[in-house]
Amino acid sequence: MNLAQAALEAVESLTSNKLRSGLTILGIVIGVAAVIAMLAVGTGAQNAITGSISGIGSNLLFVFQGNFTETVRNVQPLTLADAYALKDEFLAPSVAAVAPVLQKSLTITYSGEQTTAQVNGVTPDYKSVRNYTLTEGDFITDENMLGQSSVVVIGPEVADALFNRREGLVGETIRIEGQPFRIIGVLASKGGSSFGSQDNVVMAPYTTTAQRLIRRSLDRVDTIYVQAVSPEDVSSASDQVAQILRSRHRTNLGADDFTIFSQEDFVSTANTITGVLTIFLGGIAAISLLVGGIGIMNIMLVSVTERTREIGLRKAIGARKRDIMIQFLTESSLLSLFGGLVGIGLGWLIAFGVGQIAAASNTPFTPSVGIDAILLATLFSTAVGLFFGIYPANRAASLEPVEALRSE
Amino acid sequence: MEQQVIVAHDLKKIYQMGDVQVQALAGVSFSVRQGEILAIMGPSGSGKSTLMNILGCLDRPTSGEYILDGEQVAKLNDDQLASIRNRKVGFVFQSFNLLPRSTALANVELPLRYAGVGKERLERAQASLTAVGLIDRMYHKPTELSGGQQQRVAIARALINNPAILMADEPTGNLDSKSGKEIMELIINLNKERGTTIILVTHDPSIAQHARRVIRLRDGLIVEDV
Repeated sequence: MNLAQAALEAVESLTSNKLRSGLTILGIVIGVAAVIAMLAVGTGAQNAITGSISGIGSNLLFVFQGNFTETVRNVQPLTLADAYALKDEFLAPSVAAVAPVLQKSLTITYSGEQTTAQVNGVTPDYKSVRNYTLTEGDFITDENMLGQSSVVVIGPEVADALFNRREGLVGETIRIEGQPFRIIGVLASKGGSSFGSQDNVVMAPYTTTAQRLIRRSLDRVDTIYVQAVSPEDVSSASDQVAQILRSRHRTNLGADDFTIFSQEDFVSTANTITGVLTIFLGGIAAISLLVGGIGIMNIMLVSVTERTREIGLRKAIGARKRDIMIQFLTESSLLSLFGGLVGIGLGWLIAFGVGQIAAASNTPFTPSVGIDAILLATLFSTAVGLFFGIYPANRAASLEPVEALRSE
Repeated sequence: MEQQVIVAHDLKKIYQMGDVQVQALAGVSFSVRQGEILAIMGPSGSGKSTLMNILGCLDRPTSGEYILDGEQVAKLNDDQLASIRNRKVGFVFQSFNLLPRSTALANVELPLRYAGVGKERLERAQASLTAVGLIDRMYHKPTELSGGQQQRVAIARALINNPAILMADEPTGNLDSKSGKEIMELIINLNKERGTTIILVTHDPSIAQHARRVIRLRDGLIVEDV
């Protein structure tokens, strides 16, 4: 008997008891759907996080004060002078631009409307370092810096909150903590990120911010963004920045009082977290697939008992051991294969639903069902059917024809 | 000289029932010629079923020799026995033993599937159904057929590989007397027309009277062979 015939007979046998077959594959359907959905959500989360990290800018290094991994005494703050020192093209040839930032969440008002946004005290370089573009007006200039002008560039979310529009805002005056600032530009939307919205921001000249909005002692800055000249230079830029800061802070080797992160560090950290999460969720889903497999085994055993007489008859008219084996293995594999296919569809629907919910709640997050996940689920579910079918099939094949024929 | 289809020599079968050994066949020897109709009779416990199982290659004797259509079968393994059953033995059971979800045609061609016959399967199955007069019912399922018709399908299935012997185990046991008579006529006709060797296993004397030769068993031994 060849496989095509066996498959045909198996389909006949399975469709003759549709309810039972349907309930049996339900376990596999749920298992595969769970695996597919979990993998899709995991991949989607990973893509979203990676995307938002690379959206911050390109070839970026982030310099923070303090050591994140070890305890260091006498931590010196990062200062504006540190930031300027990093712009040394002889000591730091790999550094393209440096942007020190002061950051604080402040209340912003405009004729009765009020919102809270992240106020950034920035230098003109900040725009190119962070990849911001403007929909109208200009970014902060050196003249603004020198004159400590009361001017701001606002993000689109701030514009929405205060004006309900994003155009024609240049020249309006908003108040930050009660102090008037004139709008000179509006940022283009960059979308959300895992570091909070990049659109709910207000940019003011560094000098003005330090004087009037965010007062820090000794010219302290919160973060220094450093842009490397090219992706290949990110690590050498990191070394050069570290070298300069060490000599300026007179720290001992191995006890830096600052921390440098690259975008890659963030991406790989995020990938590790989402990877572990995906494996964890997928593992739980795989357990339900296992339970589904046991369900198949259970039903196949019942089926063998029920059909003992049929097996005896088949043997009496010339079926060999492997003919019976193939018959039952085909049935269990087909059950789980079909369950797997339905499960893929259901899993895809679930992933799609999660994506829709995420979109409805303004989270840019698209679960993606990869072809690898589909192949994996199909193969795995068929393998589950085969594996859990072996014992019942073997039991059927080993029946003695005389005994089997005698059974009622 | 006519060919010997069955040669059985000193067949013994011993079952182990817990600690007790039960001798179902205590040394049975006989031979059957091509084209004979043989009835095996005996009360229950006489070893009748055991002998039928061994003759039908469903079981192996504990000792002794059995030659079926020129082949030594007493020492074959399970798969070899399956192949012998497929090619040389046709079974007709008391309870028909048809696959309930398959059509008459599918039931009849089942042995050919296991024999690996491909193209001519349909043709031969139809020919076999024609021989038992059920060609117009070939797409009916067993539940849509009467008992007599079901047994005819079973006979068609048994005949499809042109077996050396047809084993009929109480073929009329589940039928009313009219259909029973028809089935017996069909079997006798097959013997006449095709020369198929037929072995009837029964305890019904009215069935056994169709046979020209009757073997009576008691306590695992042949007590009469006429």
